[in-house]
Amino acid sequence: MSNLVLGARGLHLWRGDRHVLRGVSLELRGGQILQLTGSNGAGKTTLLRVLCGLAYLEEGDVFWRGENVRSNLHGFHAELAYVGHEPPLKADLTARENLSYWVGMRRPVTVARIESALDEVGADDWRDRPVRTLSAGQRRRVALAGLSLLSVPLWLLDEPTTNLDTAGQLLVTRMLEAHVTRGGLAVVAVHHELGVNGVTLHRMVLAS
Amino acid sequence: MSTPAPAALIPGHPRTPALRAARLVLGRDLRLAFRRPGELVQPLIFFAIVATLFPLAITPEKSQLVLVAPGVVWVAALLASLLALEFLYREDAHDGSLEQFAVSGQSLTGLLLAKSVAHWLLTGAPLAIMGPLTAWADGAPMSALPGVFISVAVGSIALSLLGSIGAALTLGVRRSGVLLSVLNLPFTVPVLIFGARATQQAIQGVDYTAAVQLLGAMAILGVTLAPLAAAAAVRISLE
Repeated sequence: MSNLVLGARGLHLWRGDRHVLRGVSLELRGGQILQLTGSNGAGKTTLLRVLCGLAYLEEGDVFWRGENVRSNLHGFHAELAYVGHEPPLKADLTARENLSYWVGMRRPVTVARIESALDEVGADDWRDRPVRTLSAGQRRRVALAGLSLLSVPLWLLDEPTTNLDTAGQLLVTRMLEAHVTRGGLAVVAVHHELGVNGVTLHRMVLAS
Repeated sequence: MSTPAPAALIPGHPRTPALRAARLVLGRDLRLAFRRPGELVQPLIFFAIVATLFPLAITPEKSQLVLVAPGVVWVAALLASLLALEFLYREDAHDGSLEQFAVSGQSLTGLLLAKSVAHWLLTGAPLAIMGPLTAWADGAPMSALPGVFISVAVGSIALSLLGSIGAALTLGVRRSGVLLSVLNLPFTVPVLIFGARATQQAIQGVDYTAAVQLLGAMAILGVTLAPLAAAAAVRISLE
């Protein structure tokens, strides 16, 4: 899977009269993590949204497997998972129901797989409660379970450790390590050092 | 806590077929609606209130009421449908579901069509049942009720689908209710004109197929083109 390469060349983006992304270029290969840091408003979230094609660029291109992602956006999306700073969960559905549609609309998934993914993120009886009754950290764990169920090569994560306790943060680290060890890629926006071991970690600091 | 089991990263692992993905979204929306029955019945109660206010305001005399019955049914149905449209995408935009739709690798158009189908099942279909009841209460003969049902059923498909464009366009606007109504006016007025006409003809006992066919044409236009436009508008709103 040597062709798993995420590239970006000369990304420029304005928000009104603010020049948010000023010529960002990057290249990330399978087995590598890119850690994005920068102060609030430096454009970490914007860069993630640009990379997954949610935000449109004024200038520059994003490449996946050597091809411009705009030429096959659906194919590119099928290989990535984007989790924003809020877990994308419906408040009135249970963790289980959320995963069965969120993951299910992208790839076939069995109930047993969902159960075991929820086990892995440490979900106990709260998996059957509506998400609105869960704590922010528990919701984050549900999103992590979804992330692992999607089993896509490219992860784009915005503050994945927010609201998580120490064990939860460790879980994120372990998941990232396991993901890139299998050959996956991850771009992670964080405020603090990720602390992953035994994998290639690139750092990018966005200046505001 | 154990590390998640490494699932192999197979390039091109099986993707969910588009129809199955759309069915999952449809099922999700129906389930969500039944979790909050209060919101579900809100447009219907609104319809019932508007429909019962007319006889109080005009006259309880059925011979006169039956003359305004088509207008009563259609104005009430249109307002109830507009009321429900405001919430079509709002929550999904807020909680990040629309973003996930957009990066799911599935056609956003297809997923939004599924949402519109759910929306029609939850508002249009109940209105199609309440329409004939209202017409009957206003003095329409029993023989007219199938015609009233068909016209409201077909017309509400057009209202739901064409209205979804406006709902998507106003996603970035807070308190979009009034703007949404104004934006949807060019789509809703033709539906109102031909819907009321079909209902009137059904009550008079004359042939109403021409008006229903025009409603059908608008419904088909909505089903085929509105999701495309709504998907484009949703993508812009996500920027």
